[in-house]
Amino acid sequence: MTRYPLLATGLAALLACAAASPASAQSTFRIGLQEDPDALDPHKGNTYVGRVVFAALCDKLIDISPKLELVPQLASSWTISPDGLSITIKLRAGVKFHDGEAMDGEAVKANLDRARTLADSRRKSELASIASVDVVDASTILLKLAKPDATILYALSDRAGMMLAPKSLASDVAAKPVCSGPYKFVERVQNDRIVLERFADHWRKQDYAFDRVIYRAIPDTTVRLANLRSGDLDMLERLAPTDTKSVKSDASLKYVEITGLGYQGLTVNVGNGPAADNPLGRDKRVRQAFSLSLDRQALSDVVFEGTYPPAIQAFPPSSFAHNPDIKLPARDVAKARQLLKEAGLDKAPIDVEIQAANNPVFLRLVEVVQAMAGEAGFNVKIRSTEFATLLREQVAGRFQMSSVGWSGRADPDGNTHVFWTTGGGQNDGKYSNAEVDRLMNEARTRYEPAERRKLYDAVQKIVQEDLPIIYLLYWNWPYVVSAKVDGFVPYPDGIIRLNGMKITR
Amino acid sequence: MLEMIARRLLIALPTLILVSIFVFGLQKLLPGDPVLVIAGEERDPQVLAYLRELYRFDDPIPLQYWAWIKQVVQGNFGASLRTGASVSALIVQKLPVTLQLAAFAMIFALGIGIPLGVFAATRKGTWVDSAVSTMALSGLSIPNFWLGIILILIVSVNFRLLPASGFVSLWEDPWRALQTMIMPAFVLGNALAATIMRHTRSSMLEVLSQDYVRTARAKGLFEPAVVWKHAFRNALIPVVSIATLLFGELMAGAVLTEQIFSIPGFGKLIVDGVFNRDYSVVQGVVLCVAVGFIAMNLLADILYVIVNPRLRGTR
Amino acid sequence: MTLLATNAQISAPRARSRALTRFLSNRGAVAGACVIALILAMAILAPLITRYDPNTTNFLAIRKPPGLAYWLGTDELGRDLFARMLYGARASLMAGVISVSIAIAIGLPIGLIAGYYGGLVDMVISRCTEALLACPFLILAIALAAFLGPSLANAMVAIGLAAMPIFVRLTRGQVISVKAEDYVEGARAIGLPHHVILIRHVLPNVIAPVIVQATLATASAIIAEASLSFLGLGQQPPSPSWGSMLNTAKNFIEQAPWMSLWPGLAIFVVVLAFNLMGDGLRDALDPRRS
Repeated sequence: MTRYPLLATGLAALLACAAASPASAQSTFRIGLQEDPDALDPHKGNTYVGRVVFAALCDKLIDISPKLELVPQLASSWTISPDGLSITIKLRAGVKFHDGEAMDGEAVKANLDRARTLADSRRKSELASIASVDVVDASTILLKLAKPDATILYALSDRAGMMLAPKSLASDVAAKPVCSGPYKFVERVQNDRIVLERFADHWRKQDYAFDRVIYRAIPDTTVRLANLRSGDLDMLERLAPTDTKSVKSDASLKYVEITGLGYQGLTVNVGNGPAADNPLGRDKRVRQAFSLSLDRQALSDVVFEGTYPPAIQAFPPSSFAHNPDIKLPARDVAKARQLLKEAGLDKAPIDVEIQAANNPVFLRLVEVVQAMAGEAGFNVKIRSTEFATLLREQVAGRFQMSSVGWSGRADPDGNTHVFWTTGGGQNDGKYSNAEVDRLMNEARTRYEPAERRKLYDAVQKIVQEDLPIIYLLYWNWPYVVSAKVDGFVPYPDGIIRLNGMKITR
Repeated sequence: MLEMIARRLLIALPTLILVSIFVFGLQKLLPGDPVLVIAGEERDPQVLAYLRELYRFDDPIPLQYWAWIKQVVQGNFGASLRTGASVSALIVQKLPVTLQLAAFAMIFALGIGIPLGVFAATRKGTWVDSAVSTMALSGLSIPNFWLGIILILIVSVNFRLLPASGFVSLWEDPWRALQTMIMPAFVLGNALAATIMRHTRSSMLEVLSQDYVRTARAKGLFEPAVVWKHAFRNALIPVVSIATLLFGELMAGAVLTEQIFSIPGFGKLIVDGVFNRDYSVVQGVVLCVAVGFIAMNLLADILYVIVNPRLRGTR
Repeated sequence: MTLLATNAQISAPRARSRALTRFLSNRGAVAGACVIALILAMAILAPLITRYDPNTTNFLAIRKPPGLAYWLGTDELGRDLFARMLYGARASLMAGVISVSIAIAIGLPIGLIAGYYGGLVDMVISRCTEALLACPFLILAIALAAFLGPSLANAMVAIGLAAMPIFVRLTRGQVISVKAEDYVEGARAIGLPHHVILIRHVLPNVIAPVIVQATLATASAIIAEASLSFLGLGQQPPSPSWGSMLNTAKNFIEQAPWMSLWPGLAIFVVVLAFNLMGDGLRDALDPRRS
């Protein structure tokens, strides 16, 4: 609180204090997060909320635009060699880390090498195609690739491209991350808050208005909103869809949303162990019938107040790989029954068990699916488990269908390759198709979006027929900001970028 | 007296070892693969294998227990699987939070429960007595998470009187701390207040029927003097020792209260730990709670010993 | 634990009829018993009382406030809340009764054995009981429910196991005080086998405080089930329980406050009824109290 100790009367001092306090509070920006982030080490972090904090804390080599184009951040430019095997990155000059070290070629190499080799680095697979990182000079870095990899640039636009101060690498990074972002780390109280303060030497400091940023973890959506309404927060992420209406009608709040990169879908066990031996796992016509029995718009309306757009493909509308010619089919129970008849399964209801995490919203989703599929002749049972158990059951193949969400990646490969290719890390239903594998691997080697798109279109033809995953809805990122806050621009990746935001009154 | 304490401490030791085995065993029996949760969305197989080895998840459980308990004895509870933070540091960080909540709840419970209990006892059998007793029973019967939600809705959302959640340390900002603590302390404390009221009432009734109180009355002493000076002092001590025994209840209640009001204390640590399969956190925190509970029991025992001779003797 | 019954010692049948009279003269207790009977009857007769199915969704009638068509309104999937309350009563009452039965079924025999045989057996059992009691009840239940997997049946088992140590301790204490009584000593002196003494002479004299404790524990168990369901570890959809209804309702507290009102109120009323009845039973069975 600002104080004026020489003011004559106590009353005047009190008034001055009262008047001054909002002014000093204005430079603190408080964001309510749905979860507490995990390790604040970009090479180890796994959570979306962690990435939200990193956006203020750690600059990365490349950023994305709201239209998912790659734009410079710490890298001022990059060029790809004609054979696609080397990428030359020019670094922005004069950038400093929070501890005053220079952000140069050596620093970038130290970071990329750490991300590639640290025993428990979660970035290994993203950077797997890098054979070596060479420092050309203080402001130039050369990435040599083992094979052409179009996904690498997008990887560098996320945690794999975040740069930590070289001296801090030897210490416990998560306890006190030292990066080069617009805000530096002050303190973290686990399960409660993360406090950052302005980095005075940031290369873009004029774009950041707040002196302090506080991220608070408030899991309950109702409570999170109540905190925003009572003025204890300035912004929140992931508003409960049911609160959309009341927020929109509240003049003291602004509602901002954007369709995300992620999706909600049903993974079908088509080949993972004996549980795959059921009508749905055996016969793609049954899966097609199941998909046709669902009214995705109604699903969104009932569960998400219509805020989650219906999905039929893995690529979100913002992605260059999204194929607008794949139309959302209307619900067609008659056709679904016809398909089941062709499969010889129209005599008795088909028993299906869907596994879902016991989160009320996603259980509701499955309940609506249960009701809709029921009308087409499926007898759906729901098995709800905790998330930790769900993952294990999925990997072990103890499921017929599993309701899963994927937070989405800016690169189309991230939404599909691990799910569709044989042996893919997320391919829990063990779908396997040699042509899909070939096309997907081929797509990785093409740097030109238009060329990649053609390959993805070819894959989609097959996958839309086989339906190893029945896509339901795209994720939506709903934010609420106080009406006093201006300049917030949502991005499909859901990350809150603070540049350009300010509190006006 | 000292001998009694020594004996109780000796008994507490095997209990503690058993608790540590229960806590550890329970965690290991939890289904779900902690490594899959920790490894995150990408589930890199190399990372999975590394983590499994790092945390010795493939060792036989007795060996894992031995490795853990060896550390614990040295005051090291290991590191959180999720954030890598030291569990001992987490405990040190969160303990004051839960203690502050517990203290506020206890002050509230004693401040409401004792006067009401005395009040009801002195008017035994009247409508006042039944009204207070019914109120106490209602306090025991109301699901406190429901109460918490309704309070947030009315007090914070509709009337915007108090912050809906969060935690401020009493040392940092006492006024704000008080504001954030009122609702949680009320939610957590109301069942305790009911229990304390019931114990105060019955303890008071017992004391009021004792000879020395009757004598005092017969001597024509002013009634409030009889109640507060003679009876209350003697009735209070068993109540205080009951209050120490409520520690366990307080911790269990804190689990839900902290969840609703987003208070970053022990309860939240435990629930989040169970759901995230953050074994080392749950083990460390529950063990800590159990130690506290055993210590509180010991304290209650000692209090009883101090109290009993005086209760028997008529003054 | 706080509801632990005080030691009551009743032996003659005459005392029992006196206890009944005392119980019947306690208006609160009788009211509690009546409320429980009424809710039990409604839960059992649910299909006759409402024409709605508790799990049938109606996407055209989502979150309708209470009215003529839907007496208590509808929920987020357009299901009739009155029907869900009735069927939910089954789950909640069952959770209360079955988990306490589990606690007694395990706790009573163990307590009998510990108290009766004493020595090393007692020592081991007492230490284990104390260790279990050192973990707060709800925390134990949460961990157990997570371990067993979220479902109503598992929640009941978890609550039952978590509540069990109280019954061990209570029974053991009773047995020890009864053991010193003349008739038990006498039975031993004439050489009756242990199991006969235990069942014929000890058990009947231990049962009264256990019944009192059971009534009060049922109240706690209903709240515990609601708490577990609130954390997503109890009854799983689409079947209702009051706790799981509250769990979903909390997301609609502003849009549809009635969704959380009914289950919360119902839990409150039933738990209050069990507590009133338990208090009445205790007063009736404990001669020192009257």
